[in-house]
Amino acid sequence: MAQAIEAHDLVKTYGGDVKALNGLSFSVQQGTVFGLLGPNGAGKSTTVKILTTLSRADSGSATVAGFDVASQAEMVRRNIGVVQQGTTVDREATGRENMRLQGQVYGLRGRDLEARISELLDRFALNDAADRIARGYSGGMERRLHVAMALINQPSVLFLDEPTTGLDPEVRADMWTEISRLANDQGLTILLTTHYLEEADNLASQLAIVDRGNVVAEGAPEALKADLRGDAIHVELAHAEGNGHVTGALEELGGIREVAVDGRTLHARADDGARAVPVVLQALESRGIDVASVSVARPSLDDVYLRYTGRTFDKAEAEAEEKTR
Amino acid sequence: MTVTLRHSWYMTVRHLRALGRQPAWIAVTLVQPIIWLLLYGALFKRVVQIPGFQGGSYIEFLTPGVLVMTAFFGAGWGGMPVIDDLNRGVIDRFLISPVHRVALVAGRMVQGSIAVIVQSIIIVVLALITGAHYRNGVGGVVVMIFLAVLLAAATTAWSYGVALYVRKEETLIALMQFLLLPLTFLSGAFMQLNLVPGWIRGIANYNPLNWAVEAGRSAAMKHTDWGFVASRTGFLLALLAAALLFATRAFRSYQRSI
Repeated sequence: MAQAIEAHDLVKTYGGDVKALNGLSFSVQQGTVFGLLGPNGAGKSTTVKILTTLSRADSGSATVAGFDVASQAEMVRRNIGVVQQGTTVDREATGRENMRLQGQVYGLRGRDLEARISELLDRFALNDAADRIARGYSGGMERRLHVAMALINQPSVLFLDEPTTGLDPEVRADMWTEISRLANDQGLTILLTTHYLEEADNLASQLAIVDRGNVVAEGAPEALKADLRGDAIHVELAHAEGNGHVTGALEELGGIREVAVDGRTLHARADDGARAVPVVLQALESRGIDVASVSVARPSLDDVYLRYTGRTFDKAEAEAEEKTR
Repeated sequence: MTVTLRHSWYMTVRHLRALGRQPAWIAVTLVQPIIWLLLYGALFKRVVQIPGFQGGSYIEFLTPGVLVMTAFFGAGWGGMPVIDDLNRGVIDRFLISPVHRVALVAGRMVQGSIAVIVQSIIIVVLALITGAHYRNGVGGVVVMIFLAVLLAAATTAWSYGVALYVRKEETLIALMQFLLLPLTFLSGAFMQLNLVPGWIRGIANYNPLNWAVEAGRSAAMKHTDWGFVASRTGFLLALLAAALLFATRAFRSYQRSI
């Protein structure tokens, strides 16, 4: 199978000292949905900007649809569709006018263009709203219009940068359905960035976990989860405790691995979660550590993230938010 | 080339349509030059009595000034919607499409030029009604409007480039406030230059707005000097080329920074 996207050792630094990408590499097989998963500020959007020829990497190389993003930018542009973060539709124009301009820019004209517009408006259930000014569109409609616009040139690679950020939960579910439908399109490759674990789990057949400008894990969501042996144990502590105090209590126990404390939450892994719970509780109690609640779960992508980055996803998000403040 | 022209036209249509949907914008655009012509005409009416003034009636003297000033102001603010497009990611969307960067700037220039032509015609007709006499007929008037369009196109491109560099509305507003009025008054738009202090006359020689005003006045009104008109047209064309180069460079700098 041919590779639709190949990124090799991408490095990008902003303003001399902020390193957005730090040697990021991954490849995407043709016809698959590939997820770039990571918290805000991990480097996902920078990666998309470089792959879609908007920005340039300081070093490293990448090809999209078989063309080099730096030296064959023009060819890359003709073969991709991009739905940028937020939405970039022209709010002063109608849906149809937005579509028309987007098509004209790619050299479509006349009856071919109008037919393509009708087909896409129909497909994304925008027929009724097509001749209304986009300013009046709901968030979900605007996003659907944007996806329709990105498909007007029949791209072979579609980029969706945070396609459901800022949408209501039910609208997000609709969007997931749309994306799944797109994934069934013959030969269309989709690169999706997201900071929602469920989204990556739901939509991507392959994914790369991005952290601080690097890919820290790559594979199918199921395989990544299967790599984690055993069950995840999450213990909610009654009070925040010293890190060493808590981990010390558990490390002596057999069968408990990857102990990590994050504020008042304790994460650990055990071959048999149900059997490990009483043992863990007893060990904590013997050290005088009060427990508020405990749960056992099959490994989730959150656990995968924790395993490869040493932090929970929520914590990484919070850190990223702090940085941008 | 033809593709770039076609893309420029698509962009022009986008801008014209957006403005066409704002009745308030249309109303102000049409009324503004009338107010300026009548206001300045009344304010400076006595200027013609200053010994040494050779302009004939003041309305005749003022018409090219108001016409060029209107074009210059409209174009100077041309960067504002660019910042809006930047913030909404519309520019990014076009930058990763096959559109040539020049077409993005040209779309704004052509849209601005169309506004300038409409406003100019209003001014020319109103001045005619209030007593201006165009010595060289329609030809002279067309040259005068053409010069205003050249200045507006160049100014739009500069404003576009500055918008790409500063990316903040406040900064662009401050910069334009700083430039627009002083450049208007450091010219022969409202006052004959042989009646102003020497230093203003000195600066006016290098002021593109003054090139358009003086050459436009010469072409349409008295004392026509076609050599002078041709040289100032050349200056403005050079300015336009430089402004386009500046705007395309600004795109490169913008893309490097994101």
